[in-house]
Amino acid sequence: MAELMSEIQLDRTLSSFTKHLRQTEISLPAHLINASLNELSGKSFPTTRTEAWKYTRLTKISKLSPTLAAHHDGINSTPFAIHSTGNRVVIENGAVNLNTTRFETVSGLTIKRFSECSAEELQHVGGMLSLENELFNAMNTAYLQEGILVQIADKAQINSPIELIHLLTQMECSATIRLFIHVGKFAKAELTIGTWAAGAEKSILNAVTEIHVGEGAHFTLQKLQSEEEGNFQICTEEITQDKDSVFTMHTVTLNGTLVRNNVRVRVNGTNCETNLYGAYLLKGNQHTDNHTVIDHMMPHCLSNELYKGVIDEQATAVFNGKVFVRKDAQKINAFQSNGNVLMTDTAAVNSKPELEIYADDVKCSHGSTTGQLDEEAVFYLQSRGISERSARNLLVEAFIGEVLDKNDNQDFVAKTNAILNERFGWER
Amino acid sequence: MITIKNLHASIDGKEILKGLNLEVPAGQVHAIMGPNGAGKSTLASVLAGREDYEVTEGSVDFDGADLLELSTEDRAREGMFLAFQYPVEIPGVSNVNFLRTALNEIREYRGQEAISAKDFMAMVREKSAIVELDPKLASRAVNEGFSGGEKKRNEIFQMAMLEPKLAILDETDSGLDIDALRIVANGVNKLRSEKNATIVITHYQRLLDYIIPDVVHVLYDGRIVKSGPKELALELEEKGYDWIKAEQEAK
Repeated sequence: MAELMSEIQLDRTLSSFTKHLRQTEISLPAHLINASLNELSGKSFPTTRTEAWKYTRLTKISKLSPTLAAHHDGINSTPFAIHSTGNRVVIENGAVNLNTTRFETVSGLTIKRFSECSAEELQHVGGMLSLENELFNAMNTAYLQEGILVQIADKAQINSPIELIHLLTQMECSATIRLFIHVGKFAKAELTIGTWAAGAEKSILNAVTEIHVGEGAHFTLQKLQSEEEGNFQICTEEITQDKDSVFTMHTVTLNGTLVRNNVRVRVNGTNCETNLYGAYLLKGNQHTDNHTVIDHMMPHCLSNELYKGVIDEQATAVFNGKVFVRKDAQKINAFQSNGNVLMTDTAAVNSKPELEIYADDVKCSHGSTTGQLDEEAVFYLQSRGISERSARNLLVEAFIGEVLDKNDNQDFVAKTNAILNERFGWER
Repeated sequence: MITIKNLHASIDGKEILKGLNLEVPAGQVHAIMGPNGAGKSTLASVLAGREDYEVTEGSVDFDGADLLELSTEDRAREGMFLAFQYPVEIPGVSNVNFLRTALNEIREYRGQEAISAKDFMAMVREKSAIVELDPKLASRAVNEGFSGGEKKRNEIFQMAMLEPKLAILDETDSGLDIDALRIVANGVNKLRSEKNATIVITHYQRLLDYIIPDVVHVLYDGRIVKSGPKELALELEEKGYDWIKAEQEAK
């Protein structure tokens, strides 16, 4: 009887969370909306008894009843921009702010809001996204506020930046956004996403990104997550790679009370390269959870995954990285590594690297290290006249620099460094 | 340069230094020898400011400064240098970046301007030649993947860069082949001057054929029990430490 009561209460929690949300008006395929509503009906937020949420408590989110923002605050988005040129889409509290958005005509590039797309244009949206037991994906479908369609034509090389700015500016509001990216055959492009908050608290971003990297295409996604503390974001990236393609993703997490990243790459062609790089520098009561899956379904592919974190004060982190090598995916080279430095006794990390290999001719490795800064190294540096603070900074920068240096986009690196300087007093 | 009086130090409640006295004037090289466990490396660690050790009694005057009151970095900034017995590998931090940071923090402490990139690189080239250190190693991560000899040469290279008033070489000779030993010793000799002092801590007399000491001290059971000219080292090499032990026990 007691169990039954608590279930009813939990169910209320979900309906209380969604009570101000509106069913989507976007022309998504109807069966997906129906499936999502079915999925959500009678469901509650997953607890730590659910394997995928074992180390991330959603209690703080489940207590929210976020509203939809009625208007834009007209906040200047320029300070949040990573690139000063190119296409910039500003999504304020879940809606595109046309006043601050800048569309530029670039040959081979199409950027469109979902709200101005026909059902036909959106027919492939959601095609790769699993809804079953994926509460946030189902909500992202059923309550989708807006989406951005990015199409890169076959053989197009896009040299100017494409940037998406997610900005939360209101109290306890919800932003539910989809990004659908199609990278044509032999095309090459980069896309930058920044997630920010200004004056917002208890607000939540639910962002789903679907990416299809066509045959022989090169695509890089770089994310800078720096929402003011007090806000939440659940991000899901679903990527499919066709043969001979290269997909690279950088995820840099510097702020936000709870940040969850779900990345799944389906490597569905031979001779592909997949690079996943993640850096998280946390302090205060922040919590960051990186869940990644690289699914090698075809032979002769290479994947590199490197996630590193520096966790200070009472912050906590989770890394769960899964690499599948399917039965026929021979000659796979898959490397995965997660390293963490705990700066205090109260900082914590749960790291779980996983390899599931069903092929027999592969080269795979995975590893995880967690420790404190090497005190002997701190002493060594001090003994040369370097202050303890600079010594620790040098060591932390060297540690996290291994991941940050994987990104050679100067705008992105400069913005990252500026925030690191502001938050940690570093000069990189 | 340095005057150590009645120095007592312990680690985890165990007393290692038991009233050590030592004076090293500017312009001199003093060697400290002694059997295993006598407290040689403890002395180096205490002087450098390693926090694992607790100084319970005594004083150390370093060129007019109360050394024991200074933090590790301030000791270095005042001109003390410890060449580590086991130099630490620091992945991701390049030798030059590390040395430039060190040099500039020392200069800032002394009220001097930061060194320019050009002057710094010229200095790196000049000083790395002293220990025949491949300039390529200067741009690599600190000690990472260095051979034993390269690590020790890197210590002396750092010493050359930082130009200390007092250098303490803690078993710098251990594990070196004769060529590496000669290079390291030559480096130390080139850096000797009337204005600085060197303390050479060693287990073996061999090093003292190359770095000629003014005084040899024997450290035993936490105290300097014997001091003499460089010939004392030869006597220790020949006869071992048992006679010293016997002499002490007889007292």
